[in-house]
Amino acid sequence: MSQDTTSAPPPTAAAKLVFGSRFAAAARRRRTIETRWKALPRPLRALFVLVLVGFIYLLPSLHLPIIPTSSDFTALLAIIIVPYVLVALGLNVVVGMAGLLDLGYVGFYAVGAYSLAILTSQHATVPWLISIPLSVGISMLAGLLLGAPTLRLRGDYLAIVTLGFGEIIRLLAKSSDWMGAQSGIGNIKSPPNLGPIKFSGTIQERNTAFYYLAVTFVIVVFFFLRRLESSRVGRSWTAIREDEDAAEHMGVPTFKFKLWAFAIGAGIGGLAGTLYASNVRFINPDNFQLKLSILFLAAVVFGGPGNMVGVVFGAVAVSYLPERLRFLNTTRYFWFGVVLMVMMVFRPQGLLPRKLQQRIKPRDSVMPAFIDVSEGDPDREGGPHGTATA
Amino acid sequence: MEQPLLKVDHVTMQFGGLVALDDVDFSIEQGEILGLIGPNGAGKTTLFNVATGVYQATAGQVRFEGRNLAKTERHKITKLGIARTFQSIRLFPDMTAIENVMVGADAHHTTSVLSAMFHLPKHKAEEKQGLKRALELLEFMGIADRGDDAARNLPYGYQRRLEIARALATNPKLLCLDEPAAGFNPAEKIELMGLIRAIRDQGYTVLLIEHDMSLVMGVTDRIVVLDFGKKIAEGTPAEIRADRAVIAAYLGEPADAS
Repeated sequence: MSQDTTSAPPPTAAAKLVFGSRFAAAARRRRTIETRWKALPRPLRALFVLVLVGFIYLLPSLHLPIIPTSSDFTALLAIIIVPYVLVALGLNVVVGMAGLLDLGYVGFYAVGAYSLAILTSQHATVPWLISIPLSVGISMLAGLLLGAPTLRLRGDYLAIVTLGFGEIIRLLAKSSDWMGAQSGIGNIKSPPNLGPIKFSGTIQERNTAFYYLAVTFVIVVFFFLRRLESSRVGRSWTAIREDEDAAEHMGVPTFKFKLWAFAIGAGIGGLAGTLYASNVRFINPDNFQLKLSILFLAAVVFGGPGNMVGVVFGAVAVSYLPERLRFLNTTRYFWFGVVLMVMMVFRPQGLLPRKLQQRIKPRDSVMPAFIDVSEGDPDREGGPHGTATA
Repeated sequence: MEQPLLKVDHVTMQFGGLVALDDVDFSIEQGEILGLIGPNGAGKTTLFNVATGVYQATAGQVRFEGRNLAKTERHKITKLGIARTFQSIRLFPDMTAIENVMVGADAHHTTSVLSAMFHLPKHKAEEKQGLKRALELLEFMGIADRGDDAARNLPYGYQRRLEIARALATNPKLLCLDEPAAGFNPAEKIELMGLIRAIRDQGYTVLLIEHDMSLVMGVTDRIVVLDFGKKIAEGTPAEIRADRAVIAAYLGEPADAS
């Protein structure tokens, strides 16, 4: 519990960096990239976001130097990196926002993948477009079913239960003939073609199409999560993460919101699972091992739990690094582990630390006593600001 | 006779063999400041926890506006109108002061996931209302200048006052303050007592725990004294000051920490 009687420490060189100490950055936020960003006029920010989105969509066709790995870059993006981003965004709701440690997240990923497989191949031939919302719904239901009896547990206990859940789903799939048992399920439907975006074309066309699809999922999920984050829902999650008892005393129905976090996280995990299943078209229980849960969690922790942009970078890093390090052959996971450890030792809060939901426009500050005026920041006098964190 | 706001009806609280509260019985009337005092370990905070739903009384009951609070979930007790602060500060350290207060204001909000995802009118109206209320309360408590700072970065006195602001944001009928002056110097204590009076003048009823007797004398209308889990006296500050049992209880105890 922080009860420092002194006020914020004096500015340091580190505090001026965006990536500086978490406390200093919070106290001196007005010099960060984030504040400058918020100070930009709304149309300019919208334009920038559009350019960024356009860049992301064009990424596979740009053939940027340095970035590509020895494997096919589009395939890597479509099959591994972007789905990882989606998964990390979902897990971040549970771990980063609501502070519930989930060690079995791969379970929901598997529920989504198996739902799609069962609906489109094993036991029915539901169209892909209908199977997706159904599979996401089933995943959310799985989240509710797991959460309802277990979310009264806290911390370590919840972690153990979720760990068990992840394994149970895998073992269930492995032992149930209805779910294809050890041999798995093949012939899973691909998405329908959409004009020039061909899921049934050449491998290159197919990978590009899946890349577009995955990126679209990520953007939609990101958009809605952002809105949740700056609403009563996100506030309740943060309060639960910070002090669950105090939150309950302040009128937060903690159980209800924890359940929501679980269901939403499960739904996004399931969505990523459907993406995976419709891409590879064949799944078996070995695709959903505990190792994945750990890597998903690593992506969130590496990026910065609770910071959605950070988590996106974390997922990219965790999924891209092992591929980039492929030239190291057998030792690449060793070096990947070293990178993770070094990162956690020197930057435990992740690439981008959690941000505060600040609401006062810099200009409205009643007493900005701690701002060093001598280092006037012209950007600060910029145009209108959204009240919610952009 | 008019119904008391809160009735502590012969409450006994046992933890195994330890009797923390022994048949404690008193009531709080609408609009008063009731002091709950007693030496360390007298059971003041335990009583608080029974009233706010942390513990279930072993015997007896707590009634709020005539309604038995047993088995009522804590967040529902808050919605009914009892808010509290904590003896050891329990803010949400990684949220801004404003957000901390907005969590309190959310107690009466009903925006849920869909409404927030699609920015429905209810979400917008409640966000606006919550923010306005938070700014007003921070202003009222005199800490509005640090509204956008993380609670953990606030000075100690600000944190104490932020807790009160957060509790007030839930629009309580009864505000329970658990040693709000702990760690304050005498000047700050006097200032805080002024604030508590101002809170009462706005129509709130206040239950104040304090073990520093001289302090509580100045601000309360009535005082209930606990010692070893038993109520040993009840009355106006003047009556309490002259009460033999109270004097004995205090003189018989080791010197107070604050």
